[in-house]
Amino acid sequence: MRISYPTSIKIIKVPCTGRVDIIHILKAFEAGADGVYLVGCLEGDCHYLNGNIRAGKRVKYIKKLLEETGIGSDRVSMYNVSSAEGMKFAEIAREFTEKIKALGPNPLKLIRV
Amino acid sequence: MIVADRKPFDEIIKMLAPYSNILVLGCNECVTVCAVGGAKEVAILASQIRMRRMTDGVKTKVDEKTLERQCDTEYLEELKDVIGSYDAVLSLACGCGVQFLGERYIDTPVLPGVNTTFMGVTEKQGFWTERCQGCGNCVLDRTMGICPVTRCAKSIFNGPCGGSWGGKCEIDKDLPCAWHLIIERYKERGRMDAFMEIIPPKDWSTARDGGPRKRHREDMEI
Repeated sequence: MRISYPTSIKIIKVPCTGRVDIIHILKAFEAGADGVYLVGCLEGDCHYLNGNIRAGKRVKYIKKLLEETGIGSDRVSMYNVSSAEGMKFAEIAREFTEKIKALGPNPLKLIRV
Repeated sequence: MIVADRKPFDEIIKMLAPYSNILVLGCNECVTVCAVGGAKEVAILASQIRMRRMTDGVKTKVDEKTLERQCDTEYLEELKDVIGSYDAVLSLACGCGVQFLGERYIDTPVLPGVNTTFMGVTEKQGFWTERCQGCGNCVLDRTMGICPVTRCAKSIFNGPCGGSWGGKCEIDKDLPCAWHLIIERYKERGRMDAFMEIIPPKDWSTARDGGPRKRHREDMEI
C-alpha cells in the first residue's frame, strides 16, 4: 500500500495495548514527547480478551494525571484500529500530529530550570 | 488491609513548596494492595511532581524508594544513611507509617501523600469497601459475621432503624442495611432466637473513646 504517515511519529511496539502502563506514558512526557497515543485493536477483537479496553480506561486516568501535572490532557489519546486498516492508521497519525502541532511543544521543553 | 486515597495533587504540590530535594517513599504493604502507595504509585507521583515543578520553574530533585513496611523500625533503618540528604520525605504509607517514620528521623519533615481512609477489603479489582472500625470488642459472633459497628451508618445494635428501606440504607440507595443483612442471615440459619437475646450495652472504652490504644506482649520483647 505504501501509505505514508508523519515522520515525527515514533512507533513503540507492544504485544497488546493492555501492556502499556501509566508510568510508560508519563516517562515519555518526562523525556520530552509532545504527545502520545495508543493504537489498539478494535473493541471485542483483543487477542487477550480485554487488553485494549483496559488500555482505554487507563488513558482516561492518565488524562487526569497529565492535566494536574500541567502537561494537559489533550496530549494523550487512544484509538482502535484493525490491523487491516492501513489507511485509517495513517489518517489517525496525521490527525493526531495536527492536533499536537496546534497545541505546541511539550511545555517541559520550553523551560530551563 | 488499610485503605487510602492519594491526596489531591495540588495539595501535595503546596505541601512540597518549601523543599527542593524530595524523597517519595512507598510502602509495600496495604497501600500497595489498594494501589495508592506502592512502588508503582511512587514512580507515577514522582514523575508527576518532577514535571509539575519543572513547568512551575522550580528546580527539584525527586527520588523514589519503597520500603517493605513503614510501620516497623527494622525497615525504617534502611533509610538511615540517605534520609539526611533530603529536605523532606513524602510518604505514601498510611498515617501509621508517616508518623513512625517521622518519630525515627526527627530532623527530616515527613509529609503525608495519601489520606488514610478505612480498614477494608477488595470487593472487586479497583473497588474497596470498609469492614472494620477496630472497636476493640468484636461482636461478629453474635451478628452472623456482619459488623453493625462498621456497616450500619449509625452503628446501632438492636436491629434496623426507620431509615432501612427495601434492604438499603437511607444514606445511600446502593448501601445495604447492615441489620437487614444480619436478620436475613439469622433467618437463613434458623437462628432468630439469637436475635431476641438481650445483650448488655457495648463497652466502647476499648474503641477510640478510651484514647490511643496499645498492645503489649512481654514474651515477645527482646
